[in-house]
Amino acid sequence: MDFFIVSLLNGISFGLLLFMLSSGLTLIFSMMGVLNFAHASFYMVGAYLGFAVSQIVGFWAALLLVPLLVGLLGALFEKYSLRKVHKYGHVPELMVTFGLAYIIWELVMLIWGRIPVEFRPPELLQGSAFTLLSQPDGSLGFVWGRAALEQCQPLGPAICSLFPATRAFIMGVALLMLVSLWLLITRTRVGLVIQAALKHPEMVEALGHNVPRVFMLVFGVGTGLAGLAGVMGGITFVTEPMMAFKLGAIVFVVVVVGGLGSLAGAFLASLLIGVMQSFAVASDQSLGSMLLAMGVALSAEAQAHELMRFTLSMAAPMLPFLLLVLVLIFRPQGLLGNRYH
Amino acid sequence: MKLTRRELTAAALLTSALPAVPAWAQRGETVRIALIDPQTGIMGPVGINQLRTFRFFAEKFSGAGNPAGVRFEIEDFDNKLSASESLTGVQAAIGRGTRFITQGSGSGIAGAIITAVERHNRRNPGQEVVFLNHSAVDPDLTGSRCSFWHFRFGGNTAMKMQALTTHIRGEPTIRRVFLINQNYTHGHQVARYARQMLARKRPDIQIVGESLHPLALVRDFTPYVANIMASGADSVITGNWGSDLSLLIRAANDAGYTGRFFTYYAGVTGTPTALGTASEGRVYQIAINHHNMGGQMQIWMNEFRQRFNDDLILGSAIHIFNALGVAMQNARSTNAARVAHAMSGLRFNSFSGPVEMRRADHELQQPLYLTRWQRVDAQHPYSPENTGMTLAVVRRFDADVASTPTTCAMQRPAAPV
Repeated sequence: MDFFIVSLLNGISFGLLLFMLSSGLTLIFSMMGVLNFAHASFYMVGAYLGFAVSQIVGFWAALLLVPLLVGLLGALFEKYSLRKVHKYGHVPELMVTFGLAYIIWELVMLIWGRIPVEFRPPELLQGSAFTLLSQPDGSLGFVWGRAALEQCQPLGPAICSLFPATRAFIMGVALLMLVSLWLLITRTRVGLVIQAALKHPEMVEALGHNVPRVFMLVFGVGTGLAGLAGVMGGITFVTEPMMAFKLGAIVFVVVVVGGLGSLAGAFLASLLIGVMQSFAVASDQSLGSMLLAMGVALSAEAQAHELMRFTLSMAAPMLPFLLLVLVLIFRPQGLLGNRYH
Repeated sequence: MKLTRRELTAAALLTSALPAVPAWAQRGETVRIALIDPQTGIMGPVGINQLRTFRFFAEKFSGAGNPAGVRFEIEDFDNKLSASESLTGVQAAIGRGTRFITQGSGSGIAGAIITAVERHNRRNPGQEVVFLNHSAVDPDLTGSRCSFWHFRFGGNTAMKMQALTTHIRGEPTIRRVFLINQNYTHGHQVARYARQMLARKRPDIQIVGESLHPLALVRDFTPYVANIMASGADSVITGNWGSDLSLLIRAANDAGYTGRFFTYYAGVTGTPTALGTASEGRVYQIAINHHNMGGQMQIWMNEFRQRFNDDLILGSAIHIFNALGVAMQNARSTNAARVAHAMSGLRFNSFSGPVEMRRADHELQQPLYLTRWQRVDAQHPYSPENTGMTLAVVRRFDADVASTPTTCAMQRPAAPV
C-alpha cells in the first residue's frame, strides 16, 4: 500500500513538472500553429541559470529571479526573431525554434561544460516532506518530516517510506502556478484577450488590441514557466547539457497525446505519462510471466529466452512513445484535442 | 654489385646478432597509449578522472620511473560512451601510429574494441596493436571471447562476485536480496553471477526482485527505489557505476531505504558525495584497491588530491604502467607484439604486492578488497571528495582466493623473432 501511494505521488510530481512545460508549449502552439522546438531548452536554461544565480543570491531568490529572466529571454526571442519570420509561414518558424534549440545547447556547453554541474537543493529541501510507516499489521501511519530513527530500523516496528521534500516542493509550486495561470486566463480581462487573440487574432486586432504584444506575453509566460520548472528539475534530477533533449521528447509526446492546443488535454496527458512511468519501472512482470498467468504453457527453454524475460520495467523508457504511436493511430486529435476538423 | 659468400655470411651473422647488441634498444623511446573513454555527458566525470589518473602516472612512470627507461604519453579520445565512436577512436589511434589502446568504461565497448583489434592485427602483421583493459569487467572478455591481444588489469565480475558472496555467506542477517543493474552485458553478468553464486553458497537467501535499467539514461531512480523498498529487500547487489550508482543511492537515502548496498564502484567519482554520512556502515565495495592502502599508494593519492582536488581511484592504471615497464624491459623493445608476448604470463610487483598476468586468459591475478563506508579515523584517514567518510577494509582476498578458473581457449600467434 505504501508502495502504491509513494509511486503514485512520484508519478504525480513528475507529471506536474511535465505540465509546467507542456502548458506553455501548448499555449504557444495555439498562438503560432507550430511546435516550439526550443521549449525544453528554456527548461535547461532555467536549470543552469538557477545554478549560476543561486551561487550569487541564494536558491530562494534565484527561484524568483530565474523564471523572470528566462521569460524575458523568451519574450525577446519572440519579438526580435520569431515575429520576423512569422509572415513567411510555419516552416520558417519551426526552423527558427529548431535552430535556437541547438544554439542554446552549444552555448550551455560552452559556458558550463559538457559534464553535469553540482546543483543541489537548499538545506530546507534536502530532507523529507513526510514519512509513511507501514506497520506489521498492515495499517499505515503518517508522520510529517522524517520519522524517528528507532521506528525505521530495517528490523524495527515499521517500514518507513520517506517522501523527498524536493518532490513535494515541485508539486506545491506547480499546483500554485497552474491555478494562478488558470485564473489569469479564465477570470481576467487580459486572459480573455489572450483567449480571443489565440483563436481570432485579426478580429482582436480590429478591436484595437495589440496582438503582437499579447503573443510576446504568452511566449514570455510560457518560457518563464519552463524556466521555473528548470530550477526545480535542476535540483531534483541532474543539471546537464542533455536534459533539454531528454525531457523535450517527452513533453512533445505529452502535448500530442493530450491534443495539440488543449490545456486540459496536456494536463491529463502529463499526469498519465508521469504515473505510467513511475509504475512501469516498478513492475517485474515479463512477457513470459504474463503468458504463464494467462495459462499459456511455456517450456523451461522458452521461459529462459531473452524475449520472454523482457520486463515491463525495461520497456518503461519507451512507453511514452508507444502511447504516442497508439494515440496517433486510434485518436489522431489527441485525448481532448479538437483541432483536427 | 656481387657479394661473395664470405660477405653474405658476415651480414647474416651480424643481422642475427643485432637484437642482442644494443642491450637497451628501447631506452628513451616514447610509448603512446590511447585512452578511449567518455570525457563528456553524464558519465564524463568518471572518464575525466581516469584521464587525469593516466596522465598523472604517465608522468610518474616515465624515464627512471620504469625499468625499461621509456617515456609514456597519453592520448585521449572522447568516445561519448558509444561503441561506434570508440572504433573511430581506435582507427584514429592506429592511424597516428599508436600501438597501445586502453579503455574501461563499458564492457560492451571493450568487446567491440577486442573485435576491432583482432581484425587489425590479423590484417596487418608487423603493426600489431595491444588492448589494455583498465576497468571493463565482463568475465566473457577473458572467457569465451578471450583474445591474445587483450589484457585485463581491473579484475572481473566472476572474481568480484566470488569475493562478495563469500562475505555474504558469513552474514546471516542477509536474507532478502534485490539485484539492480544496468541493462547491458556488464549488468546482466553481475545479476547472473550473483544468482548463481548465492544459490550455491547461501541457498536460503531469497532474490526478492531484479531490475535492469538503461545505461547512463536514468535521471530519476525514485521509482526503482520504491520498487526495492516494496520488495522488502534487506540488501541490494549492484554493478552500477558513475551517475547510475550515485543517483540510485541518493534516491535510496532520500526515500529512507535502510538496507545494505553491495557495490563494485562506490568509490568512483561522484558516488562518495551521494553516499555522504547517510550511508554510513551500509555500503560495501569490492575492488582491487581502496582508500587507505598506505605506502607509496597513499603518497600518490595525497599528491593527486592536492594537485587536482580529485581522488585517485583507478588502481588498474598503476598495474598497466608497472606491467608495461617490466614487459618492455624483458622484451628489450616497445614493439607491441613483443611486449604482448612478454606480458603474457608476466609476474610483476604492483601496489597490492606481487601479481601475475595469467598466461591462459590474460586476466591479472591479484588481491581484492572488500571495504565498507564509514567515518574517517586514525587508521583510515583518507577521505574522498571531502566527505569526512572513507572506505575501510573489511576483508582482503588474496590473489589465489579471488582467482576463478578460466574457460579461455586462446589463439596464440607465433612470437616475433
